Amino acid sequence: MPTSLKYTFEAPCPYKGTTNFNTGIFIDGKFHDGSEGKTIEVFNPSNGKKICDISEATPADVDTAVKVATRAFHTSWGLKVPGSERGRLLMRLADLIEKNAEELAAIEALDNGKAYSIALDFDVAQAAAVIRYYAGWADKIHGKTIEVDETKFAYTLHEPIGVVGQIIPWNFPVYMLSWKLGPALATGNTVVLKTSEFTPLSALRVCALINEAGFPPGVVNILSGYGATVGAAIANHMHIEKVAFTGSTLVGRSILKAAANSNLKKATLELGGKSPNIIFDDANLEDAVKWTAFGIMFNHGQCCCAGSRVYVQERIYDKFIADFTQHIKTLKVGNPMDPDTFQGPQVSQIQYDRIMGYIKSGKDEGATVLTGGERHGNEGFFIQPTVFVDVKPEMKIVQEEIFGPVVVVLKFKDEDDIIKQANDTFYGLAAAVFSRDISRAILVANRLQAGTVWVNCYNKLHPQVPFGGYKQSGVGRELGEYALANYTQVKAVQINIAAPAP
Amino acid sequence: MSKVSTTLALPTGQVAVPTGLFINNEFVPAVGGETFQTVNPSTEEVICAVSSAQVADIDLAVAAARKAFKTTWGKNCPGTERGKLIYKLADLMERDAQVLAELEALDNGKPVKIARCALAHCFCAGKLREGRDFDIGDSVACLRYYAGWADKIHGQTIETNDLQKLAYTKHEPIGVCGQIIPWNYPIQMWAWKVAPALACGCTIVMKPSELTPLTALKLCELIVEAGFPPGVINCTPGLGSVAGHALSYHLDVDKVAFTGSTVTGRKIMEAAARSNLKKVTLELGGKSPNLVFESADLDQAANWCLLGITYNMGQDCTAGSRVYVQDTIYDKFLQLLVKKFDQVKVGNPYDEKTFNGPLVSKGQFEKVLGFIEEGKKAGAKVITGGGREGTKGYFVKPTIFANISPNMRIVKEEIFGPVLSLGVFKTEAEAIALANATTYGLGAGLHSNDAKQCMRVSGALEAGTVWVNQYNLLNNNVPFGGFKQSGIGRELGQYALDNYTSVKAVHFNYGEELEWPPV
Repeated sequence: MPTSLKYTFEAPCPYKGTTNFNTGIFIDGKFHDGSEGKTIEVFNPSNGKKICDISEATPADVDTAVKVATRAFHTSWGLKVPGSERGRLLMRLADLIEKNAEELAAIEALDNGKAYSIALDFDVAQAAAVIRYYAGWADKIHGKTIEVDETKFAYTLHEPIGVVGQIIPWNFPVYMLSWKLGPALATGNTVVLKTSEFTPLSALRVCALINEAGFPPGVVNILSGYGATVGAAIANHMHIEKVAFTGSTLVGRSILKAAANSNLKKATLELGGKSPNIIFDDANLEDAVKWTAFGIMFNHGQCCCAGSRVYVQERIYDKFIADFTQHIKTLKVGNPMDPDTFQGPQVSQIQYDRIMGYIKSGKDEGATVLTGGERHGNEGFFIQPTVFVDVKPEMKIVQEEIFGPVVVVLKFKDEDDIIKQANDTFYGLAAAVFSRDISRAILVANRLQAGTVWVNCYNKLHPQVPFGGYKQSGVGRELGEYALANYTQVKAVQINIAAPAP
Repeated sequence: MSKVSTTLALPTGQVAVPTGLFINNEFVPAVGGETFQTVNPSTEEVICAVSSAQVADIDLAVAAARKAFKTTWGKNCPGTERGKLIYKLADLMERDAQVLAELEALDNGKPVKIARCALAHCFCAGKLREGRDFDIGDSVACLRYYAGWADKIHGQTIETNDLQKLAYTKHEPIGVCGQIIPWNYPIQMWAWKVAPALACGCTIVMKPSELTPLTALKLCELIVEAGFPPGVINCTPGLGSVAGHALSYHLDVDKVAFTGSTVTGRKIMEAAARSNLKKVTLELGGKSPNLVFESADLDQAANWCLLGITYNMGQDCTAGSRVYVQDTIYDKFLQLLVKKFDQVKVGNPYDEKTFNGPLVSKGQFEKVLGFIEEGKKAGAKVITGGGREGTKGYFVKPTIFANISPNMRIVKEEIFGPVLSLGVFKTEAEAIALANATTYGLGAGLHSNDAKQCMRVSGALEAGTVWVNQYNLLNNNVPFGGFKQSGIGRELGQYALDNYTSVKAVHFNYGEELEWPPV
């Protein structure tokens, strides 16, 4: 009997209702027990208490899902179904996500710890927007006809790959689900997707919507399970032709290795970052302070593109630091269900311990804590927004991705100095430049080694604009038209009209 | 003071139908109160009076469109929002498909079943009636297709040799677009025009045909319900010589898109040149050939050729009105074709079994009968049909002429009725020559099981759409338009976006300083 969750949301949560949904593993349009009958405990990071048990998938379940997805690809999806129909179903899914937005946001806040109001206005709303965006692409996957000479007719087809494996993280569960499902389904692939064992609930709730939208069974299969078992099974699977992974650079390496060792499946990776946020002395300081705070503290610092290294031009450093620290102190940390909350708990004990470890290392290595630096409250995984100054580039807190509400602030002299400091990392996911001089901003943006450069803003994403990493922050791009390339393979057809045989 | 609404009896029941001009999301009478009448071609009776836009009314509509373009639409409304509204409009059209189909059958004469898409979306080829999306189904799909493009109108960033500037293009909406649509597919032509224009951010003044204004006006109710800001779409029924003329000469209309006869297309282009050099795209007439080669599946080829000339009673710009058959299979093919022609059911458009309703109007009816008489006089042989069907309504028998010669008017000129000219050829080269011997170039079909022949012949045919072993069936994502005098520009597919965007190149200098005086 597959597991299920019944949960009643009460005040202060603006959504007051009872959610009741199946939490088995979702294969072939139905919910199942895991093949070994085991379960995973899901915890509420606001208080460390267990929410429920969910069915745990195993490598054997991955095999079943791949068989089912393969069947679906050859019969009821793939090139058997025109793009306009795939688009229509994706539109319906987007509509259903919007229809159930409040319930999904509440589940997300419960499971991940992010503020309900942010889950509603950002995560869930944007998840629907991304699905809707890709619905529009589904019947617009064009190849080319190519002139060669008069004896030949050559054209390309951009065909779906087949069964794709997708592994999503815990920081934006339902939003990351949309980034993966949108382009994969629009281009005609079928999906075997592993959620994070820390935040499996919102995707499970979406499974019922996938059925309701009318997707044929087997097109989308969602497995809750561990990276070491299910994730590895996907990355090593001989009948999955493509894997898409979002998570840490460390795990990203193992995915790429597994792809190489198994069947050379195509791999795209969205990994970590240590993104520099650069404030020039001609910036609008008040705006820069707000964007910078948002850039690191949004989602409790649990963003791959978090602006975790802030560089301030010498001349305005003192003023910036004073205003910035002041602003950070106004951010409200507390119960995610409270509509005023900006920052909830970190997602798990493991993350909490890791971040606190970095904070300790910062203190031990001699950095100065301007604000924060301690646990917030005494229940749940809450950490105070923390600002470090007097840091040196070699310190761990400057080099390594912390993935928490912890920022380091440094000084720089001029353009050449900052380019050197900003690019001094093996990451390259994002960066930002604050300046009123647009020429200077463009010139600096051109020299930054980052897949996204924000000018006079931070952490703004749009379904239409591509996102991805330079260097060890990743391989490939998500969002925008660019994501389609991750899920198609090019077939060139060369028809001989008149060339004689050799 | 004219009224702006009427109630009509349709099979569904009594339905309110707007009859005023649609400007700024409201139905209003013409300023001077002028009206014209629209006729039911099945009964030859007047349906109702509709407001007739004059120059003053066109001015009001253009002003409304310009205001909306500057404030609530154009670059002020993000693509995603435009897409949402267009998608909503599609949903509403789908909801009201039955009523719209019945209204279309009343005003245009085409069978209800063909007008409607109430059936589940079918993506299996072959079945002509079951599940095949026709007018409304195709129109709903067309709107949804362009809704998806609305936030995907990309320009380019371009590396320049001097390395000191950021050069990029933006594909901006052209502005206020005049759109003049014909009477043969009122709803579908409305969708083909409205969808890409709105997706690109343009505002619209649409003039539907004076022969078939009713569904265009009924659709305007859905525009309000969908939530489009006032002035984004305006609909001004009227006479071509008055309202169409005013739109194509208007100094504040940035672009005119016209579908109709080549004769009128010339006038539109001339008007654009004389007024403000507004951009022009034209979808005009055709005299499209179907070539049947000896290796073809004859039964299938006959089916497609039949569809090509009897679909919509031959009132189709791509009507396959000339069929040339290879001599070795001529007799066999003719036998097959005649048998199928005689199975075409001509009758009441509300009857679900009807395939051919009446022609759209008395004028068209007389024109087509006139061509039939011409054909007989010129010495062509009537194999089947050859005159009126019945005694009431503008019904014409599906007709085949054989023993044709290239100089006959029935072979050279567009008839726009269910009248086929059937010829013969010996060689592939002769077939191609016969096919291309026309000032038109809209569609062409070829039927052959010889793959190399298919490649050669499709390459040689001078037409904007070439069907291989098929005819007539279009797809919303595949472009459509004419070679030669069949038109300018392409509709459908991504290509249609070019009709409604202007490319702005921005050279953003961030590094180059100019010395003065120059050394």
